Amino acid sequence: MSSKMIGVDVGGTFTDIFVLDEATGTAQVAKVPTTRPDQSGGFLSGISSRVSDLSEVSVVVHGTTAGTNALLERKGARIGVITTMGLRDVLEMRRRDRPRTWGLRGDFEPVVDRALRLEVPERTLADGTIRTPVDLDAVRSAAKQLIDDGCLACAILFANSYANAENEALAVKAVRDIWPNAHVSCSSEILPEIREFERFSTTALNAYLQPEVSGYLARLETALTSDGFTGEFMIVQSNGGVMDVDTAASYPIRTALSGPAAGVIAAGYIAEAAGFPDVITGDMGGTSFDVSLIAKGKSMLSPQTSIDFGMVVRSPMIEITTIGAGGGSIAWVDKGGLLNIGPESAGSTPGPVAYGMGNTRPTVTDANVVLGRIDPDNPIGGKLTRLDVEAASAAILEHVGKPLNLDALQAAEAILRVANSRMAGALRLVSIEKGFDPKRFAFMPFGGGGALHAGAMMADVGLARAIVPRYPGVTSAMGCVIADMRQDFVQTINAMLTGMDTAHLTGFMQAHVDAGNATLNHAKTTFEGIETTFVLDMAYLGQTHTVSVPLPVTVTDGHVTPPSEDEITQAFDKEYKSTYGRLLQNGTRRVINLRSAVTGKRPRFDLSTLAPKGGTVEAARKGTRQVHFADAWHETTIYNRLDLPIGAEIPGPAILEQPDTTVLIEPGLKGIVDTFGNTLIERADT
Amino acid sequence: MSSTDPNTGNIDPITLAVLAGRMEQIADEMDATLFRAAFNPIIAEAHDASHGLYHAVSGDTLVQGKSGLPIFVGVMSFAVKAVIDKAAENGDLEDGDIYIFNDAHLGGTHLSDMRLVRPYFHDGKLFCYLASVGHWHDVGGAVPGNYNPAATDAFQEAFILPPVRLAKAGTIQTDIIDILMRNTRLPQSAQGDLNGQLGALDLGVKRMDELLAEYGPDTVRSALDALQDRAETLMRSELTDLPDGRWEATDYLDNDGITDVPLAIKVALEIKGDTMTLDFTGTADRCAGPVNIALPTAVATAYVAIKHIFPTLPANAGVMRPITVNIPDGSLLSAPFPAPVGGYTETILRMIDVIFAAASQAAPERVVANAYGTINALSISGKRDNGQPWVMFSFYGGGHGGSIESDGLNHGNAPISTATIPPMEILEAAYPVMFKQWALRPDSAGAGMHRGGMGATYEIEVLEGNGAKAFLFGERGRYAPTGVQGGGNAALNVFSYEQDDGWHTPPMASKMVGISLKQGQSVRLDTPGGGGYGDPAQRAPSAIARDVAGGLITPENATKTYGPAWENAQ
Repeated sequence: MSSKMIGVDVGGTFTDIFVLDEATGTAQVAKVPTTRPDQSGGFLSGISSRVSDLSEVSVVVHGTTAGTNALLERKGARIGVITTMGLRDVLEMRRRDRPRTWGLRGDFEPVVDRALRLEVPERTLADGTIRTPVDLDAVRSAAKQLIDDGCLACAILFANSYANAENEALAVKAVRDIWPNAHVSCSSEILPEIREFERFSTTALNAYLQPEVSGYLARLETALTSDGFTGEFMIVQSNGGVMDVDTAASYPIRTALSGPAAGVIAAGYIAEAAGFPDVITGDMGGTSFDVSLIAKGKSMLSPQTSIDFGMVVRSPMIEITTIGAGGGSIAWVDKGGLLNIGPESAGSTPGPVAYGMGNTRPTVTDANVVLGRIDPDNPIGGKLTRLDVEAASAAILEHVGKPLNLDALQAAEAILRVANSRMAGALRLVSIEKGFDPKRFAFMPFGGGGALHAGAMMADVGLARAIVPRYPGVTSAMGCVIADMRQDFVQTINAMLTGMDTAHLTGFMQAHVDAGNATLNHAKTTFEGIETTFVLDMAYLGQTHTVSVPLPVTVTDGHVTPPSEDEITQAFDKEYKSTYGRLLQNGTRRVINLRSAVTGKRPRFDLSTLAPKGGTVEAARKGTRQVHFADAWHETTIYNRLDLPIGAEIPGPAILEQPDTTVLIEPGLKGIVDTFGNTLIERADT
Repeated sequence: MSSTDPNTGNIDPITLAVLAGRMEQIADEMDATLFRAAFNPIIAEAHDASHGLYHAVSGDTLVQGKSGLPIFVGVMSFAVKAVIDKAAENGDLEDGDIYIFNDAHLGGTHLSDMRLVRPYFHDGKLFCYLASVGHWHDVGGAVPGNYNPAATDAFQEAFILPPVRLAKAGTIQTDIIDILMRNTRLPQSAQGDLNGQLGALDLGVKRMDELLAEYGPDTVRSALDALQDRAETLMRSELTDLPDGRWEATDYLDNDGITDVPLAIKVALEIKGDTMTLDFTGTADRCAGPVNIALPTAVATAYVAIKHIFPTLPANAGVMRPITVNIPDGSLLSAPFPAPVGGYTETILRMIDVIFAAASQAAPERVVANAYGTINALSISGKRDNGQPWVMFSFYGGGHGGSIESDGLNHGNAPISTATIPPMEILEAAYPVMFKQWALRPDSAGAGMHRGGMGATYEIEVLEGNGAKAFLFGERGRYAPTGVQGGGNAALNVFSYEQDDGWHTPPMASKMVGISLKQGQSVRLDTPGGGGYGDPAQRAPSAIARDVAGGLITPENATKTYGPAWENAQ
């Protein structure tokens, strides 16, 4: 009976496990320490802590930070580049930006040394004409040099290969014939899209990750299989969909934001089920607060991101905005007497002062501890036995209280006010930038710390409610189980719409559908259906900003119906008008890129399987504690959150505790347990 | 919570910290609103725009958005002051008025920058000003895009709009829009940008209304005052930490594009206690060509340089209170109307260079060596085989200066800008050109313990039979970016072009009008790197070896500039 689905999210500190048993309709969660440097230890021990027989498991889905960490810590493989004569420095020159607006400091080294970026004679023009055929002897001799120099992967980066991949394809073949492993790729395979730096960077970073990530995934798969697992092993992509493990090994760059993406997918699913399709999620970690906007149940995708300065990845990603205000962010007073939070952070090691691990400067978490909002006797995560309230209080007094002439409690309140204000600012900005009024949205905190700040977000931004998922600490692991199998494709077209060869366009659409369907058919998972979408990046001639134009194209039995020029015109005009208000008279419409997405919809699981079964408010009550709000201590009731029954209404002030999260219900607010076990926080008078 | 102390009027520090963030966000949201709505890519992609809150009486910058162009941070208060003066003259400022103008002699920078200034009223009383500036695609004049290297007065650069009321008591004066739209080659683009700027101001008003409703005008006003005071305190504290003294630096512009004579830019930087004076006495007189700048631009540039040296200081006028900027009358830094100012970027880059060079003597650990120091505005134009005219216009990059902490950045953008360069493939797809090189330029950086960043080489071939014409507005062809603390100078900017008889360089070194190129002929820009930081003998041998192995420094140059350190590395 293989009825279990397992989601595993490996974060910096903890590995989270979410097990859904479809046969019994039950879910289990687990949290184990992440193992380093090899994350597979925590991965496997986490699974075995909840499931003894892996033959019962149909799917294991993994959200991983292996790729992200390798990029951030510059721990990818030694790789080589073979590129067009005259262009060896594209990776190093970037788009002529700089790390910070002010100060003019800092330099940049790409992941490939200049000595390992070799040029060969070849040139394709922008219209696809081959001006100089590729010199394959030069390619082979470059490849040999790179092998001799100890390169473990090779990226082939040719100009205008999006327009005609012939030279790159010939070069790739020549290199593959002599390269000692499978890690050879070219830019037109990874991203056939115009813009050489973005395409080269994505391809080079993919090569940089390939040896490490494919090895890691193979180790995991082998270990799972040897323990009796016969189901499908899948990996979460940055676009919020999952892919099979072979695809992940070939395109590890698609995992760059794997973990956070899964969290946002789960948040959107939970919020929509709860009846609130418009939410802003907030994941508060040790060093940062990650915010993402979901409108009408759909998360936003951004076309590219920078993992770090100059390390650009162009591949659709769930849009996540990060500000440096996490639990470990340090509070300090500047020379002008202004209280600041971050960007310096104590992280999780050494962590807040209250952890007693050597940090002496106060953090946001220390303020929560001093004000009684976090229970010092039951620290989250189970690493420590008790938090040092006195040390936290002394640090706050010393570094914030004294310079501002406040006592320790006032200073702790001040730290929270400023931190909350910054977090609320992030909520406002992500919605304003997309043209939404933030007041329309609910706030969904996840991760360990966010639920302490939900009431403050409501007050500061003017939101009607917050939704705390039943298991906020394992949201990303749960997202692994929910996510669909999604594949994104791109192809630069670069043609005027009038008189365009639509057969050429349809050819690419069909190829994308064929490739997508082949992957879905190959998967061991079953799908409830396949969804295919086509979007054209279009603009008027002379305009560099494009609008994304969804095409109303149908796919029947795997066959694409060609769109007519007229249909594309209408679709563009509609989209352009809604973006810019009016059309350009006599403007020439251009098609820049085709973007296709083929999504296998995985079976929905019923969130009410997570809901509490029975229970009473009385039985969930643990006792009371003094908690400081505004300028006074309040006798505050503490509940075991997971024991509260559906429909329970808890007036603030109250604290709902569960092993990995503390939910704070401030005076004037109330918490309601909905039918899925989420806690809705609303104003008491509503 | 009580926010102000009734006895002293002092705002409590927590409310102040919260309000500082809230007001900064109002300006940031105004930026975001325009970037999203603007039609023209100079605003939408290069973020050549800015928004902020300004003092009701002085026009001083109170709060400015973080994502706009650096040079605007200092210059906007002059735009607001110009409107304050004009409104005082008219004597009838009303709620709902919006002034608009592009006059660079009143508002700084150049005529492409359209400034909208709106008084913000609360309970019938003027509370502050909101302003929006954005670089429009075209505002008339002799050359599309308004970059005319041969201009000898402002009338040849663009149409000139003094501060006039675009809206009167909330009603848009459509006559003004009609005038604007008749004076641009790209009315749709202009209309889109104008709508975006009006939208940003509307949003600013809405957010200010909400903020004042929540905190009350007295608290917000106290916060604004306190933020200025605190910025001043921070600046004074930074200056106190520096030694007293007087340091000088002189650098040169190659020429003004009309007459081939170098133009000196000179500064004396004096620190006395918690004050600083920047005196530009000794700078060249007003010139005929477009490298003049207006006084507001000069003062704003001093601010940009100071903010690069002290990057954590807030963006408000309090920072400038301890600083006196002395710009001599009649110099090219305070050129009166109608002097041409279209090439202002070159001049202000050189001002920043001399301020850095002087400040590096006072505070070597804080200052980076000179960046490449020119925007290299290169325009190549012609007719396609099918008769369609084309113009490829772009700015090109170079190296940043070395600092105490690292080598300079290779191929960065200019210190006055945050704009990125268009991708080579986008340019090749749009225009009949091919880049034979888009590469770092070996030996272009100044040597040093931390060398400068590398400049670039761009070599561009014309592909079609009708050929093309090339125009360049650059600098640093005769005077190289300088190193500091013993660091070496970078390479000169070299522009060369191919003719039937071989390669040539222009007589004015860095400026050239109307070079004819045939199919198959190329132009080539070799841009400067950044200056070096510290004694080259102190450079880590491994770093030299790496640069030589990668080909960024030739072995001959390594021997010449690093000598024994390089010998040791081998």
